[in-house]
Amino acid sequence: MVTVEDAYRKRKPKAFSNERRPSSTEIWWWFFMRISGVALLFLVLIHLYIMHLVGSGVERVSFDFVAERWDNVGWKTFDWVLLVLALLHGTNGLRVIIDDYVRAPGKRTAIKGTLYALTAVLMIMGTAVVVTFDPSVGG
Amino acid sequence: MDVKLRLLRFNPESDDKPHFENYEVEADPMDRLLDCLHLVKWQKDSSLALRRSCAHGVCGSDAMVVNGVNALACKVLIKDLEQPIVVEPIRGLPLIRDFIVDMEPFFAGYRAVKPWLIVDESQHEPERERLQSPKERERFDDTTKCILCAACTTSCPIFWSDEEYVGPAAIVNAHRFIFDSRDQGSRERLEILSQRDGVFKCRTAFNCTAACPRGIKVTQAIQEVKRAALFQSF
Repeated sequence: MVTVEDAYRKRKPKAFSNERRPSSTEIWWWFFMRISGVALLFLVLIHLYIMHLVGSGVERVSFDFVAERWDNVGWKTFDWVLLVLALLHGTNGLRVIIDDYVRAPGKRTAIKGTLYALTAVLMIMGTAVVVTFDPSVGG
Repeated sequence: MDVKLRLLRFNPESDDKPHFENYEVEADPMDRLLDCLHLVKWQKDSSLALRRSCAHGVCGSDAMVVNGVNALACKVLIKDLEQPIVVEPIRGLPLIRDFIVDMEPFFAGYRAVKPWLIVDESQHEPERERLQSPKERERFDDTTKCILCAACTTSCPIFWSDEEYVGPAAIVNAHRFIFDSRDQGSRERLEILSQRDGVFKCRTAFNCTAACPRGIKVTQAIQEVKRAALFQSF
Protein backbone atom coordinates (compact mmCIF):
# COMPACT_ATOMS: atom_id res chain seq x y z
CA MET A 1 0.00 0.00 0.00
CA VAL A 2 1.50 3.30 -1.08
CA THR A 3 0.93 6.05 1.47
CA VAL A 4 0.62 9.77 0.78
CA GLU A 5 4.21 10.31 1.93
CA ASP A 6 5.51 7.60 -0.43
CA ALA A 7 3.92 9.25 -3.45
CA TYR A 8 6.52 12.02 -3.57
CA ARG A 9 10.19 11.34 -4.12
CA LYS A 10 12.37 12.28 -1.18
CA ARG A 11 15.37 13.07 -3.34
CA LYS A 12 16.01 14.12 -6.89
CA PRO A 13 15.41 11.08 -9.11
CA LYS A 14 17.76 9.98 -11.85
CA ALA A 15 15.83 11.00 -14.94
CA PHE A 16 15.83 9.32 -18.33
CA SER A 17 18.76 10.39 -20.43
CA ASN A 18 19.61 9.68 -24.06
CA GLU A 19 23.32 9.33 -23.48
CA ARG A 20 24.33 6.65 -21.03
CA ARG A 21 22.08 3.66 -21.55
CA PRO A 22 22.99 0.34 -23.09
CA SER A 23 20.68 -0.58 -25.93
CA SER A 24 17.82 -2.75 -24.87
CA THR A 25 16.38 -6.13 -25.79
CA GLU A 26 12.99 -4.99 -24.49
CA ILE A 27 11.81 -4.27 -28.01
CA TRP A 28 12.19 -7.98 -28.93
CA TRP A 29 10.57 -9.19 -25.73
CA TRP A 30 7.69 -6.82 -26.43
CA PHE A 31 7.36 -8.30 -29.93
CA PHE A 32 7.70 -11.87 -28.59
CA MET A 33 4.89 -11.29 -26.07
CA ARG A 34 2.51 -10.20 -28.84
CA ILE A 35 3.37 -13.07 -31.18
CA SER A 36 3.44 -15.75 -28.47
CA GLY A 37 0.23 -14.37 -26.96
CA VAL A 38 -1.66 -14.86 -30.20
CA ALA A 39 -0.11 -18.30 -30.77
CA LEU A 40 -0.84 -19.40 -27.18
CA LEU A 41 -4.48 -18.42 -27.49
CA PHE A 42 -4.93 -21.12 -30.13
CA LEU A 43 -2.46 -23.66 -28.66
CA VAL A 44 -4.01 -23.50 -25.19
CA LEU A 45 -7.59 -23.70 -26.45
CA ILE A 46 -6.77 -26.74 -28.60
CA HIS A 47 -4.88 -28.30 -25.67
CA LEU A 48 -7.81 -27.75 -23.30
CA TYR A 49 -10.26 -29.10 -25.87
CA ILE A 50 -8.29 -32.33 -26.39
CA MET A 51 -7.47 -32.92 -22.73
CA HIS A 52 -10.74 -31.91 -21.09
CA LEU A 53 -13.63 -31.92 -23.55
CA VAL A 54 -13.15 -34.73 -26.07
CA GLY A 55 -14.53 -38.13 -25.02
CA SER A 56 -14.53 -38.62 -21.24
CA GLY A 57 -12.14 -35.66 -20.85
CA VAL A 58 -9.24 -35.81 -18.44
CA GLU A 59 -10.44 -39.20 -17.11
CA ARG A 60 -9.16 -40.94 -20.22
CA VAL A 61 -5.67 -39.38 -20.08
CA SER A 62 -3.25 -42.19 -19.25
CA PHE A 63 0.22 -43.35 -20.29
CA ASP A 64 -1.28 -45.22 -23.23
CA PHE A 65 -3.22 -42.13 -24.32
CA VAL A 66 -0.02 -40.07 -24.33
CA ALA A 67 1.95 -42.82 -26.05
CA GLU A 68 -0.62 -43.06 -28.82
CA ARG A 69 -0.73 -39.30 -29.30
CA TRP A 70 3.04 -38.84 -29.24
CA ASP A 71 3.41 -41.54 -31.88
CA ASN A 72 2.67 -38.62 -34.18
CA VAL A 73 5.62 -36.20 -34.44
CA GLY A 74 3.17 -33.35 -35.14
CA TRP A 75 1.53 -33.66 -31.70
CA LYS A 76 4.96 -33.99 -30.08
CA THR A 77 5.96 -30.72 -31.74
CA PHE A 78 2.63 -29.14 -30.77
CA ASP A 79 3.16 -30.00 -27.09
CA TRP A 80 6.78 -28.86 -27.11
CA VAL A 81 5.94 -25.53 -28.75
CA LEU A 82 3.15 -25.06 -26.19
CA LEU A 83 5.65 -25.79 -23.39
CA VAL A 84 8.30 -23.36 -24.68
CA LEU A 85 5.96 -20.50 -25.54
CA ALA A 86 3.94 -20.79 -22.31
CA LEU A 87 7.09 -20.93 -20.16
CA LEU A 88 8.81 -18.01 -21.87
CA HIS A 89 5.62 -15.92 -22.06
CA GLY A 90 4.87 -16.54 -18.38
CA THR A 91 8.44 -15.99 -17.23
CA ASN A 92 8.75 -12.74 -19.15
CA GLY A 93 5.43 -11.53 -17.76
CA LEU A 94 6.62 -12.27 -14.22
CA ARG A 95 9.98 -10.61 -14.90
CA VAL A 96 8.16 -7.44 -15.94
CA ILE A 97 5.96 -7.53 -12.84
CA ILE A 98 9.01 -8.07 -10.61
CA ASP A 99 10.79 -5.14 -12.30
CA ASP A 100 7.76 -2.95 -11.62
CA TYR A 101 7.03 -3.97 -8.04
CA VAL A 102 10.26 -5.11 -6.36
CA ARG A 103 12.28 -1.95 -5.85
CA ALA A 104 15.22 -3.16 -3.75
CA PRO A 105 17.99 -4.17 -6.21
CA GLY A 106 19.28 -7.15 -4.17
CA LYS A 107 15.82 -8.58 -3.60
CA ARG A 108 14.97 -8.06 -7.26
CA THR A 109 18.06 -9.95 -8.44
CA ALA A 110 17.34 -12.81 -6.01
CA ILE A 111 13.70 -13.18 -7.05
CA LYS A 112 14.50 -12.94 -10.75
CA GLY A 113 17.35 -15.43 -10.33
CA THR A 114 15.00 -17.93 -8.69
CA LEU A 115 12.45 -17.38 -11.46
CA TYR A 116 15.00 -17.97 -14.22
CA ALA A 117 16.36 -21.10 -12.49
CA LEU A 118 12.83 -22.49 -12.13
CA THR A 119 12.11 -21.75 -15.79
CA ALA A 120 15.33 -23.45 -16.89
CA VAL A 121 14.56 -26.56 -14.79
CA LEU A 122 11.00 -26.81 -16.13
CA MET A 123 12.18 -26.22 -19.69
CA ILE A 124 14.87 -28.91 -19.45
CA MET A 125 12.55 -31.43 -17.75
CA GLY A 126 9.73 -30.84 -20.22
CA THR A 127 12.00 -30.99 -23.25
CA ALA A 128 13.68 -34.15 -21.93
CA VAL A 129 10.28 -35.84 -21.55
CA VAL A 130 9.22 -34.90 -25.08
CA VAL A 131 12.54 -35.89 -26.67
CA THR A 132 13.29 -39.09 -24.75
CA PHE A 133 9.73 -40.42 -24.44
CA ASP A 134 9.73 -44.18 -24.92
CA PRO A 135 6.30 -45.81 -25.42
CA SER A 136 7.74 -49.29 -24.79
CA VAL A 137 8.23 -48.72 -21.03
CA GLY A 138 4.45 -48.65 -20.55
CA GLY A 139 2.36 -51.61 -19.50
CA MET B 1 -22.43 27.91 -2.46
CA ASP B 2 -20.10 26.71 0.28
CA VAL B 3 -17.16 24.75 -1.05
CA LYS B 4 -15.26 22.40 1.22
CA LEU B 5 -11.63 21.89 0.29
CA ARG B 6 -9.18 19.39 1.70
CA LEU B 7 -5.70 20.42 0.63
CA LEU B 8 -2.47 18.49 1.06
CA ARG B 9 -0.03 20.97 2.58
CA PHE B 10 3.71 20.67 2.93
CA ASN B 11 6.19 23.25 4.15
CA PRO B 12 9.75 21.86 3.98
CA GLU B 13 10.88 24.26 6.72
CA SER B 14 8.43 23.09 9.35
CA ASP B 15 6.92 19.73 8.22
CA ASP B 16 8.44 16.25 8.10
CA LYS B 17 5.76 15.02 5.75
CA PRO B 18 2.68 16.34 3.94
CA HIS B 19 -0.62 16.64 5.84
CA PHE B 20 -4.19 17.58 4.93
CA GLU B 21 -5.84 20.84 5.98
CA ASN B 22 -9.50 21.77 5.53
CA TYR B 23 -10.79 25.07 4.16
CA GLU B 24 -14.20 26.48 3.30
CA VAL B 25 -14.80 29.17 0.72
CA GLU B 26 -17.84 30.77 -0.89
CA ALA B 27 -17.93 30.17 -4.65
CA ASP B 28 -20.23 29.80 -7.64
CA PRO B 29 -20.85 26.27 -9.00
CA MET B 30 -19.53 27.49 -12.34
CA ASP B 31 -16.26 28.65 -10.76
CA ARG B 32 -13.20 26.59 -11.40
CA LEU B 33 -11.14 24.83 -8.76
CA LEU B 34 -8.36 27.36 -9.38
CA ASP B 35 -10.74 30.18 -8.34
CA CYS B 36 -11.33 28.42 -5.02
CA LEU B 37 -7.60 27.90 -4.47
CA HIS B 38 -7.13 31.61 -5.16
CA LEU B 39 -9.79 32.42 -2.57
CA VAL B 40 -7.94 30.27 -0.03
CA LYS B 41 -4.62 31.91 -0.85
CA TRP B 42 -5.94 35.47 -1.03
CA GLN B 43 -8.42 35.39 1.84
CA LYS B 44 -7.61 32.53 4.22
CA ASP B 45 -3.97 31.51 4.12
CA SER B 46 -1.48 33.40 1.99
CA SER B 47 1.20 30.77 2.62
CA LEU B 48 -0.51 28.36 0.18
CA ALA B 49 1.94 27.78 -2.67
CA LEU B 50 0.79 26.84 -6.16
CA ARG B 51 1.82 27.39 -9.76
CA ARG B 52 -0.51 28.93 -12.32
CA SER B 53 0.05 31.28 -15.16
CA CYS B 54 -2.55 31.68 -17.90
CA ALA B 55 -5.37 30.15 -15.83
CA HIS B 56 -7.15 29.04 -19.02
CA GLY B 57 -5.88 25.53 -19.69
CA VAL B 58 -3.10 26.50 -22.08
CA CYS B 59 0.11 27.04 -20.10
CA GLY B 60 -0.04 23.72 -18.24
CA SER B 61 1.21 25.08 -14.91
CA ASP B 62 -1.52 23.96 -12.53
CA ALA B 63 -1.80 20.20 -12.92
CA MET B 64 -2.91 18.66 -9.58
CA VAL B 65 -4.47 15.49 -8.24
CA VAL B 66 -8.13 16.44 -7.79
CA ASN B 67 -10.26 13.85 -5.98
CA GLY B 68 -7.66 11.25 -6.94
CA VAL B 69 -7.49 12.14 -10.63
CA ASN B 70 -4.93 14.32 -12.40
CA ALA B 71 -6.46 17.49 -13.79
CA LEU B 72 -5.75 21.17 -14.43
CA ALA B 73 -7.18 23.25 -11.58
CA CYS B 74 -8.12 25.94 -14.12
CA LYS B 75 -10.25 23.53 -16.18
CA VAL B 76 -12.33 21.62 -13.62
CA LEU B 77 -15.56 23.23 -12.49
CA ILE B 78 -16.74 23.12 -8.89
CA LYS B 79 -20.18 21.78 -9.92
CA ASP B 80 -18.50 18.68 -11.35
CA LEU B 81 -16.58 17.80 -8.19
CA GLU B 82 -17.68 15.81 -5.19
CA GLN B 83 -17.10 17.57 -1.85
CA PRO B 84 -14.92 17.84 0.08
CA ILE B 85 -12.64 18.43 -2.88
CA VAL B 86 -9.38 16.65 -2.08
CA VAL B 87 -6.43 18.32 -3.80
CA GLU B 88 -2.89 16.92 -3.79
CA PRO B 89 0.25 17.77 -5.77
CA ILE B 90 1.02 15.60 -8.83
CA ARG B 91 2.82 12.38 -7.87
CA GLY B 92 6.16 10.79 -8.61
CA LEU B 93 8.22 13.99 -8.55
CA PRO B 94 10.08 15.55 -5.60
CA LEU B 95 7.72 17.72 -3.57
CA ILE B 96 9.02 21.24 -3.00
CA ARG B 97 6.12 22.92 -1.22
CA ASP B 98 2.31 22.52 -1.18
CA PHE B 99 1.32 22.06 -4.85
CA ILE B 100 4.76 22.83 -6.24
CA VAL B 101 6.85 19.85 -7.36
CA ASP B 102 10.28 19.76 -8.95
CA MET B 103 9.52 19.40 -12.67
CA GLU B 104 13.14 18.95 -13.72
CA PRO B 105 13.11 15.10 -14.00
CA PHE B 106 10.00 15.45 -16.18
CA PHE B 107 11.71 17.94 -18.49
CA ALA B 108 14.88 15.82 -18.58
CA GLY B 109 12.86 13.00 -20.19
CA TYR B 110 11.33 15.52 -22.57
CA ARG B 111 14.71 16.88 -23.64
CA ALA B 112 16.11 13.37 -24.06
CA VAL B 113 13.84 12.62 -27.05
CA LYS B 114 15.08 15.74 -28.92
CA PRO B 115 11.72 17.44 -29.36
CA TRP B 116 12.73 19.80 -32.16
CA LEU B 117 12.88 19.64 -35.95
CA ILE B 118 15.96 17.71 -37.06
CA VAL B 119 16.95 18.27 -40.70
CA ASP B 120 20.11 17.73 -42.64
CA GLU B 121 20.89 21.31 -43.62
CA SER B 122 23.50 20.22 -46.16
CA GLN B 123 20.77 18.45 -48.16
CA HIS B 124 18.04 20.90 -47.40
CA GLU B 125 19.23 24.44 -47.80
CA PRO B 126 16.17 26.29 -46.50
CA GLU B 127 15.46 28.54 -49.46
CA ARG B 128 11.78 28.63 -48.66
CA GLU B 129 9.37 27.18 -46.10
CA ARG B 130 9.23 23.38 -45.71
CA LEU B 131 5.98 22.40 -47.32
CA GLN B 132 3.65 19.72 -45.99
CA SER B 133 0.27 18.48 -47.19
CA PRO B 134 -2.77 18.67 -44.89
CA LYS B 135 -2.74 14.85 -44.80
CA GLU B 136 0.91 14.76 -43.68
CA ARG B 137 0.09 17.35 -41.01
CA GLU B 138 -2.93 15.32 -39.88
CA ARG B 139 -0.69 12.32 -39.09
CA PHE B 140 0.67 13.91 -35.91
CA ASP B 141 -2.03 16.49 -35.22
CA ASP B 142 -3.13 14.89 -31.94
CA THR B 143 0.31 15.01 -30.35
CA THR B 144 0.86 18.70 -31.22
CA LYS B 145 -1.72 19.51 -28.54
CA CYS B 146 0.58 18.71 -25.61
CA ILE B 147 1.12 21.59 -23.16
CA LEU B 148 3.69 19.77 -20.98
CA CYS B 149 1.56 19.97 -17.84
CA ALA B 150 2.86 16.53 -16.68
CA ALA B 151 -0.64 15.27 -15.86
CA CYS B 152 -0.02 12.14 -17.95
CA THR B 153 3.49 11.30 -16.75
CA THR B 154 2.63 11.82 -13.08
CA SER B 155 -0.47 9.62 -13.40
CA CYS B 156 1.59 6.75 -14.81
CA PRO B 157 2.11 3.87 -12.34
CA ILE B 158 5.33 2.90 -14.15
CA PHE B 159 6.72 6.42 -13.71
CA TRP B 160 5.88 6.15 -9.99
CA SER B 161 7.79 2.89 -9.62
CA ASP B 162 10.64 3.55 -12.08
CA GLU B 163 12.06 7.04 -11.72
CA GLU B 164 14.10 6.60 -14.89
CA TYR B 165 11.13 5.77 -17.14
CA VAL B 166 11.01 8.38 -19.91
CA GLY B 167 7.26 8.88 -19.31
CA PRO B 168 4.23 9.36 -21.58
CA ALA B 169 4.68 13.12 -22.16
CA ALA B 170 8.16 12.67 -23.61
CA ILE B 171 6.89 9.89 -25.90
CA VAL B 172 3.98 12.07 -27.06
CA ASN B 173 6.43 14.83 -27.96
CA ALA B 174 8.72 12.35 -29.73
CA HIS B 175 5.65 11.13 -31.67
CA ARG B 176 4.97 14.72 -32.77
CA PHE B 177 8.32 14.75 -34.63
CA ILE B 178 8.72 11.05 -35.53
CA PHE B 179 5.60 11.22 -37.71
CA ASP B 180 6.33 14.70 -39.11
CA SER B 181 7.12 14.37 -42.84
CA ARG B 182 9.60 17.29 -42.63
CA ASP B 183 11.68 15.73 -39.87
CA GLN B 184 14.73 13.55 -40.45
CA GLY B 185 15.50 12.56 -36.87
CA SER B 186 13.02 9.70 -36.46
CA ARG B 187 15.65 6.96 -36.51
CA GLU B 188 17.68 8.70 -33.80
CA ARG B 189 14.61 9.28 -31.60
CA LEU B 190 13.37 5.73 -32.00
CA GLU B 191 16.82 4.41 -31.02
CA ILE B 192 16.79 6.61 -27.91
CA LEU B 193 13.29 5.41 -27.02
CA SER B 194 14.20 1.74 -27.56
CA GLN B 195 16.78 1.94 -24.78
CA ARG B 196 16.21 0.71 -21.27
CA ASP B 197 13.40 2.62 -19.47
CA GLY B 198 12.25 3.96 -22.84
CA VAL B 199 8.96 3.42 -24.63
CA PHE B 200 8.89 -0.37 -24.03
CA LYS B 201 8.56 0.18 -20.29
CA CYS B 202 4.95 1.25 -21.00
CA ARG B 203 2.46 -1.35 -19.74
CA THR B 204 -0.58 0.28 -21.37
CA ALA B 205 -2.28 1.18 -18.10
CA PHE B 206 -4.13 4.00 -19.94
CA ASN B 207 -3.86 6.36 -16.91
CA CYS B 208 -2.12 8.89 -19.16
CA THR B 209 -4.98 8.97 -21.66
CA ALA B 210 -7.51 9.46 -18.87
CA ALA B 211 -5.39 12.20 -17.28
CA CYS B 212 -4.62 14.33 -20.35
CA PRO B 213 -6.50 17.65 -20.04
CA ARG B 214 -6.04 18.19 -23.79
CA GLY B 215 -7.71 14.90 -24.69
CA ILE B 216 -4.64 13.53 -26.46
CA LYS B 217 -4.88 9.80 -27.14
CA VAL B 218 -1.62 9.28 -25.27
CA THR B 219 -1.61 5.48 -25.09
CA GLN B 220 -2.37 5.24 -28.80
CA ALA B 221 0.56 7.57 -29.58
CA ILE B 222 2.83 5.42 -27.39
CA GLN B 223 1.74 2.25 -29.20
CA GLU B 224 2.40 3.90 -32.57
CA VAL B 225 5.91 4.80 -31.43
CA LYS B 226 6.51 1.20 -30.23
CA ARG B 227 5.36 -0.13 -33.58
CA ALA B 228 7.57 2.34 -35.49
CA ALA B 229 10.56 1.33 -33.33
CA LEU B 230 9.90 -2.35 -34.01
CA PHE B 231 9.51 -1.93 -37.78
CA GLN B 232 12.71 0.11 -37.85
CA SER B 233 14.57 -2.75 -36.14
CA PHE B 234 13.78 -5.35 -38.78
